[in-house]
Amino acid sequence: MEILVCVTRVPDTAENEIEVNSDGTDIGRDDLVYSVNEWDNYAVEEAIQIRDRVGGSVTVVTVGDDESEEILRREMAMGADSGILLADGAFDGSDGLGIARILKAEVDKGNYDLILTGAQSEGGTAEVGGMLAALLDLPFASLVNQIEIVDEKKIKVGREIEGGNIEVSEIDLPCVLSVQTGINEPRYVGIRGIRKVASLDIPTHGAADLGVDPATVGADGARVKRMDYFIPDLGEGAEMLEGDTEEIISKLIELLKAKGGLK
Amino acid sequence: MTDQIFAYITHKNGVADDSALELSVAAGKINADAAVTAIVAGAGDSLSAVCDEMAKAYPTVWKLDNDALAYPNAEVIRNVLASILPDNAMVLVPHDTFGMDLSPGLSVKMNAAFISDVVDVEGLSDNTLTIVRQEYGGQVSTHVAADISSGAVINVRPGVFQPDDIAAVSGEVVDKSDDIEITDAKRRFLETVEAEVGDVDITKSDVLVSVGRGIEDEDNLEIAFDLAKAMGADVSCSRPIVDAKWMEKSRQVGTSGQTVKPKVYLAAGISGSFQHLGGLKGNPFIIAINKNTKAPIFQVADVGIEADILDFLPELTEAIEEL
Amino acid sequence: MNPDFVSPADASVFGIPVVIFTVLIPVLGMAAFTFIMAKRMAPLVRSASDPRLDRIPDRLFGMVKYAIGQWRHPRYLLAGVLHIIIFAGFMILSLRSLTLVLLGISSDFVLPGLGGIGGDIYGVLKDIAGTLVLVAVIVAMIRRGIFKPERYTVPRQYGKDHTWEAILVLALISTLMLCDMVFEGTGDAGGLHAGGFVFPLTGHWIASRIFAGASMATLQNIHLASYFIHDVVFFCFLCFLPLGKHFHVITSLPNVFFRKLRSGSVKPVKWGVDADALDDLESFGVKKFEDFTWKHILDFYTCADCGRCSDQCPANAAGRPLSPRFISVKSRDYAFKHYPIKGDICPSDAPLVGNIFTEDEIWSCTTCGACEAECPLFIEYIDKIVDLRRGMVDDGMVPQSLQKPLRALEKRGNPWGKMERKRIDWIKDKEFAAGCEVKVLDRKKTAETLYFVDSITSFDDRMQAIAQASARVLSAAGIDFGILGKLEKDSGNEVRRFGEEMLFLELRDQNTEAILKSGVQRIVTADPHAFNALTKDYEDLPPVEHISQVILKAARSGQLNFKPVTDPGKVYTYHDPCYLGRHNGLYDDPRAVLDAIPALNRIDMEKSRDRSFCCGGGGLMLFYEPEEDQRMGVLRVQMAESAGANVIVTACPFCLVNIEDAIKVSGLEGKMEAIDLVELVDQHIIAE
Repeated sequence: MEILVCVTRVPDTAENEIEVNSDGTDIGRDDLVYSVNEWDNYAVEEAIQIRDRVGGSVTVVTVGDDESEEILRREMAMGADSGILLADGAFDGSDGLGIARILKAEVDKGNYDLILTGAQSEGGTAEVGGMLAALLDLPFASLVNQIEIVDEKKIKVGREIEGGNIEVSEIDLPCVLSVQTGINEPRYVGIRGIRKVASLDIPTHGAADLGVDPATVGADGARVKRMDYFIPDLGEGAEMLEGDTEEIISKLIELLKAKGGLK
Repeated sequence: MTDQIFAYITHKNGVADDSALELSVAAGKINADAAVTAIVAGAGDSLSAVCDEMAKAYPTVWKLDNDALAYPNAEVIRNVLASILPDNAMVLVPHDTFGMDLSPGLSVKMNAAFISDVVDVEGLSDNTLTIVRQEYGGQVSTHVAADISSGAVINVRPGVFQPDDIAAVSGEVVDKSDDIEITDAKRRFLETVEAEVGDVDITKSDVLVSVGRGIEDEDNLEIAFDLAKAMGADVSCSRPIVDAKWMEKSRQVGTSGQTVKPKVYLAAGISGSFQHLGGLKGNPFIIAINKNTKAPIFQVADVGIEADILDFLPELTEAIEEL
Repeated sequence: MNPDFVSPADASVFGIPVVIFTVLIPVLGMAAFTFIMAKRMAPLVRSASDPRLDRIPDRLFGMVKYAIGQWRHPRYLLAGVLHIIIFAGFMILSLRSLTLVLLGISSDFVLPGLGGIGGDIYGVLKDIAGTLVLVAVIVAMIRRGIFKPERYTVPRQYGKDHTWEAILVLALISTLMLCDMVFEGTGDAGGLHAGGFVFPLTGHWIASRIFAGASMATLQNIHLASYFIHDVVFFCFLCFLPLGKHFHVITSLPNVFFRKLRSGSVKPVKWGVDADALDDLESFGVKKFEDFTWKHILDFYTCADCGRCSDQCPANAAGRPLSPRFISVKSRDYAFKHYPIKGDICPSDAPLVGNIFTEDEIWSCTTCGACEAECPLFIEYIDKIVDLRRGMVDDGMVPQSLQKPLRALEKRGNPWGKMERKRIDWIKDKEFAAGCEVKVLDRKKTAETLYFVDSITSFDDRMQAIAQASARVLSAAGIDFGILGKLEKDSGNEVRRFGEEMLFLELRDQNTEAILKSGVQRIVTADPHAFNALTKDYEDLPPVEHISQVILKAARSGQLNFKPVTDPGKVYTYHDPCYLGRHNGLYDDPRAVLDAIPALNRIDMEKSRDRSFCCGGGGLMLFYEPEEDQRMGVLRVQMAESAGANVIVTACPFCLVNIEDAIKVSGLEGKMEAIDLVELVDQHIIAE
């Protein structure tokens, strides 16, 4: 099975507060470090496990810049067979649809049976997978947390839906799936693993290589544009209980009594 | 065309989801003058009940009745909507697991802009709709401007646009069942595997002590159970606790867990992602205890306490036991 | 001498000279033994290299002290004394056994030096020894067979019980002893060496009396029979040794000789391969059995299954799926299965983890070293665990709970992924900064001493108090010190011990460069894990001291003076951090610091010093989510409570985290408290 996994490089914000820069045009990036989007990492692990079960190959692809090569290598160190970097000045400022169009052009160059994306990334739009599927006119499922290969023509997938339930469907191949975290336990990639793949060639494809019309991607092609960043106003938040612990507890107990929180 | 707004109604067992009315509120914020049409797709008798219910809030309700729509298969519904919606339409969809499945592809099929997970509407001028979204798990917000000249699919975050004062209308139910095309689906629904039922049904609890990442260690769960016992409450949790396998899935509150409707919800060491808050319905009295005063939970809580739950909960338990 | 009574060498049975058998049995026995030993050496030959020929005098001294002197045995008193008796008896009786074998070939054979008076003295000695061994063996059999100490039970997940093997060997030993007594007794009664002195009440003496009245023919038959039984049992015993846990009789001397000499250090990934060449290695760590070094396989052979390691192992005590004893036993079983005595060897490339070990088993170890400190035969565990982890890391088998901190260490140099600049947040705290200024050693500032803070003390809200106390104490001691600030990275002690060697090397290189650039003359740290890494894993650094050493010197020189403890109700106990005590031998300095505080009432817990019980583990172990019945910290707090203490003093931030948590969990808040040594000192300093 030929599998393509679309990945993206995101700021690693764990444990650190995101700040907005002084003019509100961007988040403060000076002290940020970057890594592969967590959801994408689960998708790559799933692809590797499927390949190891039924054969085939795993290709990871990202739309980014030179620095994005780092995450492709990490995923290749995990076990992806090859990586492709889609980079072009014309791609800068693409909205979700622009990214999906660029990815579609790359998918069209290959012959993939299964295309995976992460369910979402730092922006939380959760859109690229569904758009890519629609552009390719392929079936799609989002929030996938189970994949079972039935045969060469179809697979069974489980989607994580409300109430912790799993919606199980059958999908014809080829198809696009967006993968939810928790579908597997991604393997560890150490520095040694990354160095082992350091010399592997990663081709870069630009707009011309892909046959993408620059007017349909990048900032020019974007219909949805982020105007600014701001920290949401905390004004309407909770009433904070102040005082020493004893006072707080006695206030809290009064409130609990009043609201029926004590039985 | 912006006066033609549609709202996709999510429903189950003949009852519309809470989001159904929230979409009406959101539509009103986009364009107060718009005539909003609710789209109710499904099959069988229960569909009429939903349509009638929606007719009280929406001036027009499109009823799409077809056996192929009995289960909301996003692919089938996407094709149906693309075939039936007028050009340049604007359609609102709840940003739940179904909406995430349906909408991005729908926007492509409609050649419309897609705006995901909207938490507020700034306004509409000409063909530009400005809304507010959140990024980085709610840590920062952004204003997003979308060109909706050729229509838009707008996913609205559930629970944000509260339908406090919706004027009752007596809308018209229009049966559009014969206008839709059902195509062969390449994705076929098989079954729903229900989450395992645990020893406690938190969906029926009046008082919940809910723990999150702040509990730090599995062994510390005991202090939450002690407090719950003293309060006569049940213990629930957020997703990281279930991911760590410290508690069973049936105790998880959130869009990927249980939807609960307690009177009092004590969120201990929970940061309050919208996925978690999505499982919290019925406007409970929320008490948030967290070390980090910037945690989003404090924005939605009624009462907040800045404290390390590992220290605070045992003291609270003791105080309650002494009552 | 009675002419009818002959020694075996001169006897014949059914007209066949007995000497044929007395020659044949040793020849066959030695041939079989040689064959078995050669088979047993096969995996060692195929295993990884491991140079162990440095510091020969130390090695010889250790061998004499620990293997021959049995130094560690009495730590378990009854078993230890029994073993010492049996072992000493064996040493004495080995000469006798050799003599006996050769006596069957030549009736007047005498070992060189054991003729005349020397022989008489030896004869008495070996009679006493043989008798004591017999008694000790009987006591041991009763102990193993009837009382069955808890330590020896084999939990079902770890395989079958080995009691039968112990009993069989004890029976073989008793047979040898009895045969010698009967052989001697019948010899005396037959008049072979009449008039010789026999020590009263020995087995020999009793046998002489029993057989005194027997007929000559009976005596002759019993004499011959006891000889042959001894001869056959002796060689059977010899050949049986390499088949099980009694292999240690043969391997313990070399094993102790080749023991690891640098406690606290970790073996390189591959001996003889430099850090720069690690990238070229095909594979990392131990994945298949032959990836172990020959010494580690010798360890497996040497394990006597005595269970002391597991008895001391805190992971085992807490119900984690790890019992060090079975690391050895399972590996030995594996070696015997794949390198059998009969049939061809069948090495397997299947990974050991997932086969004989589980992932959780290997991650459960806190590397506290209690097992190694206890093992009478110096079997190593930490290096093996680390090597197995290296293999798992190389194959990506790392639990999610550890992946996050490892990635954060790679990106940010600390396991929480906090921003580098926040490493100095603790010096900016207003209240602290008003009383104590801390230099950050960048290009402009220099200092004589570097205070190496390390990650947890820099970033953790609670542990920052240790950093602040350390800074105040260093200032009060008049030491010119500074910190590296954002240039400091995690020391990497656990990064290396959790098998992520390449990441450790990066951290080490960054720290080394920053330290050398800072131009400091020495390094002080309050974190024993950093102390261990800097002294054992880093190279070419200025001298490193733990802050307890610095405090003690300052107190002794009068630079630091302490006011007395005011609360007479406080009973202090000192918890030895593994990486300060066991791995670095610093037991007395922290205690001396405590004792320098007037009116401080200090007691020791039963498990203290080199038997200290790990708090739960530091570094990455804080992030690992083990399967366990109980937290180690809780067990430790209970030990302090039963010792009658109400303040646990430790000298390690990780110990403090674990013990403070454990106090909360076990509901002892208000009754028990924990404090770091530096904090305690800081509270009692008399300001100048």
